Formats: sequence, structure tokens, C-alpha cells
Amino acid sequence: MTTTTDITSLDTPAPERRRGWRDVVLDFCRRRPLGAIGAAVVVLMILVAVLADLIAPYDPLAIDFAAMLAPPSAEHWLGTDAYGRDVLSRIIYGSQTALIVGFGAAFVGSTLGAVLGVASAYFGGRTDLVVQRFMDIFISFPLIILALAMVAILGNTLPNLIVAMTAPMIPRCALVIRSSALSIREMPYVDAARAAGFSHARIIMRHMLPNVMAPYLIMLTSFLGQAILLEASLSFLGLGVQEPIAAWGLMLRGAAVEFAETAPWMALFPGLAISLAVFAFNLFGDSLRDALDPKLRTG
Amino acid sequence: MSKTTPPLLEVRDLRTEFSTAGGIVRAVDGVSWDVHAGETVALVGESGCGKSVSALSIMGLVAQPAGRITGGRILFKDRDLLALSEEEMRRVRGREIAMVFQEPMTSLNPVLTVGRQITEACEIHLGYSEAQARDRAIEVLGLVGIPDAVRRLRQYPHQFSGGMRQRLMIAIALSCSPDLILADEPTTALDVTIQAQILDLMKDLSRQVGAATLIITHNLGVVARYADRVNVMYAGRIVERGTAREIYANPRHPYTLGLLRSVPRLDEPKRERLAPIQGQPPDLTRLPRGCAFAPRCAYAIDRCRQEAPTLQSVGGTHLSACWVADTLDGRAAAGERGTHREVVGE
Amino acid sequence: MAEDDVILEVRNLVKHFPVGGGLFGGPAAAVKAVDGVSFAIRRGETLGLVGESGCGKTTTGRCILLLERPTSGQVIFEGRDLMTLSAAEIRIVRRKIQVIFQDPYSSLNPRMTVGQMLDEPMAVHAIVPERKARHERVRELLSVVGLLPSMAERYPHELSGGQRQRVGIARALATEPSLIICDEPVSALDVSIQAQIVNLLESLQEQFGLTYLFVAHDLSVVRHISDRVAVMYLGKMAELTDRATLYAEPLHPYTQALLSAVPIPDPEVEANRQRTVLGGEVPSALRPPPGCVFHPRCPIAIEACKDAVPDCREVRPAHRVACIRV
Repeated sequence: MTTTTDITSLDTPAPERRRGWRDVVLDFCRRRPLGAIGAAVVVLMILVAVLADLIAPYDPLAIDFAAMLAPPSAEHWLGTDAYGRDVLSRIIYGSQTALIVGFGAAFVGSTLGAVLGVASAYFGGRTDLVVQRFMDIFISFPLIILALAMVAILGNTLPNLIVAMTAPMIPRCALVIRSSALSIREMPYVDAARAAGFSHARIIMRHMLPNVMAPYLIMLTSFLGQAILLEASLSFLGLGVQEPIAAWGLMLRGAAVEFAETAPWMALFPGLAISLAVFAFNLFGDSLRDALDPKLRTG
Repeated sequence: MSKTTPPLLEVRDLRTEFSTAGGIVRAVDGVSWDVHAGETVALVGESGCGKSVSALSIMGLVAQPAGRITGGRILFKDRDLLALSEEEMRRVRGREIAMVFQEPMTSLNPVLTVGRQITEACEIHLGYSEAQARDRAIEVLGLVGIPDAVRRLRQYPHQFSGGMRQRLMIAIALSCSPDLILADEPTTALDVTIQAQILDLMKDLSRQVGAATLIITHNLGVVARYADRVNVMYAGRIVERGTAREIYANPRHPYTLGLLRSVPRLDEPKRERLAPIQGQPPDLTRLPRGCAFAPRCAYAIDRCRQEAPTLQSVGGTHLSACWVADTLDGRAAAGERGTHREVVGE
Repeated sequence: MAEDDVILEVRNLVKHFPVGGGLFGGPAAAVKAVDGVSFAIRRGETLGLVGESGCGKTTTGRCILLLERPTSGQVIFEGRDLMTLSAAEIRIVRRKIQVIFQDPYSSLNPRMTVGQMLDEPMAVHAIVPERKARHERVRELLSVVGLLPSMAERYPHELSGGQRQRVGIARALATEPSLIICDEPVSALDVSIQAQIVNLLESLQEQFGLTYLFVAHDLSVVRHISDRVAVMYLGKMAELTDRATLYAEPLHPYTQALLSAVPIPDPEVEANRQRTVLGGEVPSALRPPPGCVFHPRCPIAIEACKDAVPDCREVRPAHRVACIRV
């Protein structure tokens, strides 16, 4: 039962139509063409990885000593390596490794980092202080040094590789997210959630994390580029994936170095692939950061 | 109360718009009013009615390129301010027309000493030497009631409280003896007791130095206490104008009437329920045809929805932009509020 | 005042915020936000809590909500001291004490729809376990506060300030509370909308038998909505009595000055008023004046006012004042 004199039915017309994903994407492409190009390359890379079985002309592991060290030709578009394996196919399959390891590490790293950062900001006080100092210790090691150390300790199976790459990313992400989370914590809607008796976990996951989406996405995209580079570096140093798996960094090792002058295509094309991938992620990430920046205020 | 001398400031048919994502917002939509030397005029209205934008337009501080003054004239001492170049306008700002803003926290430069902020204006506008400007600064700090002026000159804004900072803003405004002071919600951010101090100060000072004041606010009480004449704004237009007494005793626009009725008063017996204005503040990108207030108006007739009313006289200097102004009896509505009682607190 | 009717009693509430000092050293100083405040609220009434910035009224509200942990004192809700409850018990009590915040723009989670915001408390506290029933209840809550049920699909940024505040009120009602702390619920709204929301709060109080602690600085609104009013200054309570008495015969000099400072929307009345303008500034809560905190600005202060902090004691029936001159 309501007293109608007091209740004034107040309909504000809803905005014309909600901005759907398509609008957002089109807008992004129009305003930031460089970022769109970066995004397009990323999408291309993902497609290549997913459709590898269909588009790769050869089995990347197929050895063919008859065709070894062959320069680019009609049969082998990018030439062959010291074992006669088709470079193009190895690059195509290498994208899978890059994406699995790269995406996996970056995604897990930034997500765990975000949760840690938000939780640290939420609990505040001594907990926050201790966690921060811990993070500081990890951050003081450059990405690759820490990853190297962890691989050396854990051994270099693929899962261990992902863990080793994730570890240095967590504290970096936690630090950045924490500062956004600190201002969210002061918001009345967080107070309202506390006053409603919600658990800490619920407040962190449901009320704070969704509101740090902007810095989270930015960290994620920047880590993606770094993760690919990291994986390539580790593989190059022999601490990443092992032969005969197709991985770009691995392709730069050993015979590629030995035959650098006589068969430059062995190193050139994987190198290009790495550069292009990292460049694309960085372009996209930069534009994303610019696009999200003003919205960082409104969350 | 007609003035035979020309007004100090005369705004004629001012139009200011903003381009926003949602469309063009006509923040000020054909507004005309004036201020005579020495008087206090109020622009009253709620958020979005265009009162602040009017003041910014006068000062030439409308944020470009989104904001544009698209029409009208602003005659100040016989010059059209809109026709002045930026250079010439700069000489007017601070020297002849001074502005006091709402937020004393952000309107003062945190990295300059207070003294510097006052003397800067004097040096630039009046060509004072350092020593002369300093003397003037001390004088003006005394005028606004800040003790120990010599020491205070060397301090920074963060060392002052909110009320003191607002006094500083007033001091800066007065330092070059302007003819007109624009005060945009000067006390909204302050506590009630400090508000009373500051407003009393502004009134005394403007009388002392002979400056006219344009006070912009949404607080009906403040207007009643300090304004000589009042302009009520809604959706970028002036809907009612008159002396303070006329407007409050006999409101002749449904919006003014609604506002006065919906505000609880300390000096009246407690009413059962407040009488709010129905509906929502207007969406400035989608104003209806006809009177902007019609959707919320209890007295609206068909004509109101077809044709936008213009300001017409409803008795001497009292004007209202309403087709039913004649039938609206503000006195009866005022009488509903109960007989005048002894004011509380004495 | 019948004892059994009291829903909330605050006894000697103190909240100091430490300032300065390091991780291992003690704090250098403390902001004495609330410094020994006591009052009680009866079920079904509205207690107005007024004062200017820095007086501690918001902090008092937050202590009752346990959003801040009081430094000392007791907060007794329905006979139980909240400070002695376990975390699990507090969670249950939280259903009964809710809050409405001042700023409609930051008091709603921008990432949740209105429907989700109203659904959540009911789901978490298992007040309405089935989803369909909750959905119905959400629609009910929306109409009770004067919104269209279809607004459940909207996000906060698609609503106006007044509508958002209504959502905030609906959210507070979702757990079926007995006490609602209203922290400046209308100060951030336009004047024409304020009256709507005030009326809404009053109808809801009648409809659901709610008790309000109405924290505000706008004395006219407080007078309209409150049954009793308490005035705070610099962390202490200056005066507490029923509404009519406070506004007609205020005894504490601060209350008198405060009422005098409020402008009344009537130029005739204003021109004929005798006003006492209070000079000076509010002192810092870091170093409050000794004795009566108001004495430096008080028009009737005497030597003795510096010596001891006056008790907020009952000088007339149901009228407490903290002043030795009364």
C-alpha cells in the first residue's frame, strides 16, 4: 500500500539504446586506428594459432634431411631449418606456444595480482603494509631474472614455465591495482556493502574488483606483450620449452645461431614473428590505456 | 522601484550553448537582466538552470570549445563585453568585475603565498609597485577580518580554514576595488555559522566600497536575507523577476511557488507533509515545446505546452513568464503557510 | 521515557583517530572526532543529529554501523552491546541496522544493476531464498520507493540523482531493518527533489515502523522530520531535547547561535530578525580547547568554563544541556 500523493512516478527515459559491444569496438577503431591495427594483428595471431592444423603446410616436427637449410622457395615459403623442418609451419605452431604460455601467464598473473592488490587495499592496516613489503621484494628483481631463477628451481616443464612467468607479474599488477582499489575502498557503496553484513570475499570480488576493470585490462594487455617476450627469451636461453616443440624463442637457438650467415631465414622469421606480436600487443595496450584513461575516474 | 540611471551591467538576450555527447545543451537560452550600481541581485535556481553559466559568460570564462556564447549582448559600463578581445577582457576581469567562487579549496593556488595572490592582482591591474601592493593587501585583509595580516601574508592557502579561505577570495576580489562582484555559490561549501559571517561581511563590504553584487545560489534563505532583487531561473530561462519582497510574498510563477512551498521553514509550525514539486528536473538536451516547466506544473493549460511564455509584467517591476500568472494567487499560497510567528532562536 | 521502548542506546561513545607516528612508535596525536557522547533512541522515533563540519555526527553514525570501531564506549542495540558480539553475531545484527548515504552518485555500485543491488542483501541473508520470490520482492521494493519496477534493469548512471537516492533507500529496506542511519540523505539533492525524498522517508517510517537517526546540517529539514534533536559540537553533545523545545527555547548558546544563523526564506522576516552572529572559527579536533569546547567562541563564557568539561545533564525534564551557565 503506497500513498500515491507522495510517490511521484519518475520515469527518466532510458538512454536511446545501451552502447553494445559492437558500438564500443567500432568507436575504438575509428578513434584509435593504431590500436585497432594492433588489435587486428592480435586477432590474426589468435586465428593462426587456432587454425594451425588447417593452414600449416607441413607437420612442424617432420624432419626431412633432404631439404635441410633450404632457402625460401615455392615448396617452403620461409625455408627450412637444420633438420629440414618447414620454418613457416613451425612459426604457425609457434604461435600456439606463445599464446598458451603468454596468455596463460599474463592472465593468471594479472588476475591473481588484481585480487591480491584489492584485498591488500581492502584490509588495510598492518596486513596491507606486510603484503606491500613482500611485493616490493619481488618487484626488485627484473622479470627475467626471477623467471630464470624459478625455472632453474622448478624445472622446465610447460606448467612450471607458466608458473615461473606468472610469479613476477603478480606483484607488479598488485601494486598498480592496489592504488585504484584504495580510492574505491572509500566509496560509500563499499561502506553500504559492509553495513549490509556482506563477507570480505564478496565485497572484494563483487564490489571492488569489477570497479578496477580499467587498470586491470591495461595491466593485462601490457603483460601479454611482455609474456611473449619473456617466453621467447627463456626458450632462447634453453630454459623454456624444449625441442622439438615449435616455439619462436627456441627457433632462435642453436643451429639458427650457427648458420646465421648462411641460412639467415632460420632466425629472421621467428624474430620477426616475436617482434610483430609484442609490437601489436603494445600498440593495442597503449591505445586501450588512452581510451580507458578518462574512464578511470568513473570506473 | 525604477532606476533612472542606466544599469551598471545589462545582459540582453544572452545565449550560451554546450555541445555534449547527448546533443546541444542550451544552458542559457535568451536571458536578459540587469544590475544597478550598489545593489545586490540574485540569480536563483537549481542545478542545471544556467545560473553559473550566466556568470561565466559575463566573465568570458565559458569552457571552450564545447561551450559557446551564441548570441546576445553584455553591456557593462556602456561596453559590450562580448565584443571585446581577450586582451581587453583580461583587463576587465579582476579589475572591474571580480568573481568569488564556490570552492575555496580549489580556487586558490596552493603553491603561491596568500600575499602573492592578492598583490599579483594589484600589480597587474593597478600598476602598483611591490610596496604599494603589499600595503593594499594588508588593508584588504583587515577589511575581510583576517587578524595578524602581516604574518598571514606569507602563509599558504592550506594553512587557512574553509571560512578563512573564502575571506581570502573576497579579499582578492576586493583588492582592485571592482564595480561588480560575481559570487557563485560563495557559501554553499561552508558551515551555517560561517556562512552567516561571510555573507554579512560581503554585504557590509559591498556597501562600503560601493560595489554591486550578483549572487548566484540555490538557497532561498540566503537570497531572502541578502538580495534586493531576484531572478528565478529554470532550464536556461528566467521565469520570474522582482524585488525580494515581491517574489517571496507573492510568487507569480508556479516554479517559484513550488520551491517556496517545498522548503521547510524554521519559523513556521511543522506541516504534516512538505509539498514537493512533482516530477524530475528537465533534460536539457530534450526540452519540450512550449514552457519547460509545463510537465511538472500543476497549473498548466494547453497553451503552456504549445508556446513558451515570455516575461511579462504582473505588477510594476514584478515580471513572470507564465500564461496563467494572472490567475495564480501567490498571496493565497503564502497565506497557506500559516501566520507569521516569532522567529526561533532569540 | 519508557525504558523498554529504547531500540538503541549509546553510552560514552569515544572515537579518536590516531594521527602521525610510525609503524612501531605510538601515534603522535589523535583527532578526537567523538569524545564522550551518550543518547538513546526509542523505537519508531526520529532522532535528528545536527552540527557543523567536524562535530562528529557522521562519525557517530559510522560507529553505530560498526563501519568504525569505537575507541571506547558502548553501542547497545536492542539490549545487546555490539562491541561484545562475535563476527557472526554482528553479521546477523547488521540486517537490522541499515544506512542511507549522502551522495547518490557514489553510494551505488556503478557495475551493478538496480535489481542486482536490491537482490544481493536478500540473497546473502537468505531472507528470501528462492530467486523468483526475490525478483518479485525487488519489484515491490522499487514501487514502495516510487520507482517503476522496470528500473531494475538499469545501471546507476542511467538514473537521476533523486532516483538514485530512492534506490539507496530501497537497498536499505531490503533487509527489513528496524533502525536506519540517514547520513545527510537530502543535502546533495536539488531543492525541489529534497521535499520528495523527505516525504518518502516519512511515509516509509509510518508504513514499516522504522526508527531513524537523521544526521544532517540543514536545521530546517531536521526540524521537519525529527521527533527529538541532538546538537553536537567538536565531538561533544551540546544539547538534546524534543524538537519543539529545541527550536523554540534552545538553552545552549551554541544552539542559539546556530539557529540564528539559518536564513529564513522570507525577506520581511529576515529584515526584522535579531541575529547573533557567532565569531571565530571551529577549533581543530586535534587540540580541542580545555574545559567546555565551546568556550572560546561563547558569548556567555566565564572563567570556570575553562576548568571542567560540562556534563550533558538534564536541566529540565527531557532536556539535556552541556553548559554550566544554564
